[in-house]
Amino acid sequence: MTLLPSPDIESSSKSLLNATAPRRTFLARFQRWEWMLVGLIIVVVALNSALSPYFLDAQNLSRTSSDFMEMGLMMLPMVFIIVTGGIDLSVASNLGMCASFMGWLFMAGVNIWVAALAALALGALAGFLNGTLVARMKLPPLVVTLGTYAFYRGVAYVLLGDQAARDYPEAFTYIGQGKLFGTLIPFSVALFGVLAILFGLVLHKTTFGRYLFAIGNNENASVYSGVPVARIKVIIFTISGFMAALAGLVLAARFGSTRPDIGNGLELSVITAAVLGGVDINGGAGTMTGAVLSLFLIGLLRFGMGLLNIQGQVQGIVIGLLLILSILLPNIARTFSGKGRKLRRQSVWAMVAFVVVLAAFVAFFFWSRAAVLIQ
Amino acid sequence: MKHRMLYLLLASAMILSLALSGCGGKKSAGPLTFVLVPKNLGNPYFDTANNGAQEAAKELGVTVTYQGPAAADATQQIQLINSLIAQKVSGLAISADDADALVPVGKDAIKAGIPVVSFDSAIGKEGRVLHINQAELQGIGAIQIKMALELTGADGGKIAILSATSTAPNQNAWIAVMKEELKKPEYAKLELVDVVYGDDDDTKSYNEAQALFKKYPDLKVIIAPTTVGIAASARAVTDAGLIGKVFVTGLGTPNQMREYVKNGASPQFALWNPGDLGYLSIYVLNALATGQIKGVAGEKFTAGRLGEYTIKEDADLGVNVLLGEPFVYNAANIDQFNW
Repeated sequence: MTLLPSPDIESSSKSLLNATAPRRTFLARFQRWEWMLVGLIIVVVALNSALSPYFLDAQNLSRTSSDFMEMGLMMLPMVFIIVTGGIDLSVASNLGMCASFMGWLFMAGVNIWVAALAALALGALAGFLNGTLVARMKLPPLVVTLGTYAFYRGVAYVLLGDQAARDYPEAFTYIGQGKLFGTLIPFSVALFGVLAILFGLVLHKTTFGRYLFAIGNNENASVYSGVPVARIKVIIFTISGFMAALAGLVLAARFGSTRPDIGNGLELSVITAAVLGGVDINGGAGTMTGAVLSLFLIGLLRFGMGLLNIQGQVQGIVIGLLLILSILLPNIARTFSGKGRKLRRQSVWAMVAFVVVLAAFVAFFFWSRAAVLIQ
Repeated sequence: MKHRMLYLLLASAMILSLALSGCGGKKSAGPLTFVLVPKNLGNPYFDTANNGAQEAAKELGVTVTYQGPAAADATQQIQLINSLIAQKVSGLAISADDADALVPVGKDAIKAGIPVVSFDSAIGKEGRVLHINQAELQGIGAIQIKMALELTGADGGKIAILSATSTAPNQNAWIAVMKEELKKPEYAKLELVDVVYGDDDDTKSYNEAQALFKKYPDLKVIIAPTTVGIAASARAVTDAGLIGKVFVTGLGTPNQMREYVKNGASPQFALWNPGDLGYLSIYVLNALATGQIKGVAGEKFTAGRLGEYTIKEDADLGVNVLLGEPFVYNAANIDQFNW
């Protein structure tokens, strides 16, 4: 590891030690997190199949799986970005802009496939803009993408206004509604599967992937080690924009139409899925497997709760609590396992918070069910 | 290993608590279960529709549940409908968050043997069997002139229309109907002196109403076919101390108009009744699910206290059922409504 003189040499060398030296435990910890997700998925599947006869039904699972694929497509590059310590809040707005652009072109008489390609190009361009502002202008990604979050959605409204683009040809709607020939597997799920493997390989098996972790662990050290940090950032934001556009095509095809508010608010679900999957929001850690597993967990959990007629708001609360607990649990587990030995005040508070949250969670559930029970 | 066990234990505890609370909600297995799907939950308009739907459910001996997305968002609504299709419910009455985006999922439901009707906000023609239309142009225009004459009394007098924007298509269509209605002999004594535009802006509507008082001192009635305009006009009448001299009527909502109905500035106004809309939706679903009707134009069915209906088909809305004449809200009934 080369250590060149730098103003914050001390802090950077410290975090370098933390991040890379105890590599085995580092890896082991996140392997455990994935097993935890697998365990949760098993629990969710077991409980849901016990509670609802409609849960383990191929037709139903096939239908509901396509509800989450746009989210998944945007999550893949989001993992890249979060691993480097960045964030992209503009993905759902970018999705809206690209889908609207495609719809606008289509309504103007352009061939749907040409319009779709143009939308993909626009998405990549929008991502490139994010990346350039972040990497070349050295602006914080949170602020840049918060700005483009509003900007891209605004463009969507300028393009379509209160109109909807509709009557897409059937060959196109296949992308969002079709199933692979002779099976129950939706095309969008297959598309996501292939891309997830591709993104996973890039993240874990290539130099490019290792650079992403290096940037997330210590950006300054990476720069001084000769990692082309700026170029890599531009590339991953561009990929993110492209994938947002692709997700836009899939969603527009699934809806068979486009309105400018399409995909509104999806960015938070995308980030939630990545973080719940064990991708460290501070950067430097995470696996594609974890992120994909957490997408499945969220999908199955939401579908299961839907079958039990649990209201949408409550579903949001459950996912939110799951996210908080996913961050709290490792801390608590470490305290109990004796590694922390002494119960620090912080861990006590964490546990108190955990119990309070859990109690509130259960109480709210019964309270929210009361209305339905009375009805 | 120890850690993993702990993780799993905590996780199971969490999920179990979820599941336990979920258990309590299992539906009693009635013969038929219909679901009323609003644009979003926590909206008093749809809560009123649900009250009507529950009334119909009691009369028919079926179960009606009320489930909507957390926010008025098509993606969430589709996700919800997918889980309802999965449960093989007996029928869906949906107020669409997006007329087009809901077509594919509506088709899916119909393919799965679940009748789908839309109410309040229509789903595109192919994504539902029929639409429950709350009001039609002609009825909305006609009722407002009728209410105006009731307010002026048999002697008639000067009336004015306070609209939204001069380009709003629905407003202009209603105004055209009103002008046609005024040609009828029974309305000969009503004189339409002016049409002004408040742009659906509270302050501008208020000022336009005040200008009307000045310009036409013997003005009897202001008709405002807009919920913003009617409330602003009624407030202008109240503020100017003209209660009893100038009456306001038109299209409004009960919560917004309650105080003006009670103080006499606007003794009556019209709109459909969302409760009736929910009530009719369930009767239609029941008729479809039991095979009484197939959902083609010309079929007749009876919907409880609302009486007999005939299914129609027109170019705009496709196959639909018209709820009926708009509902007139006045001092006698306004306190039954909260939306």
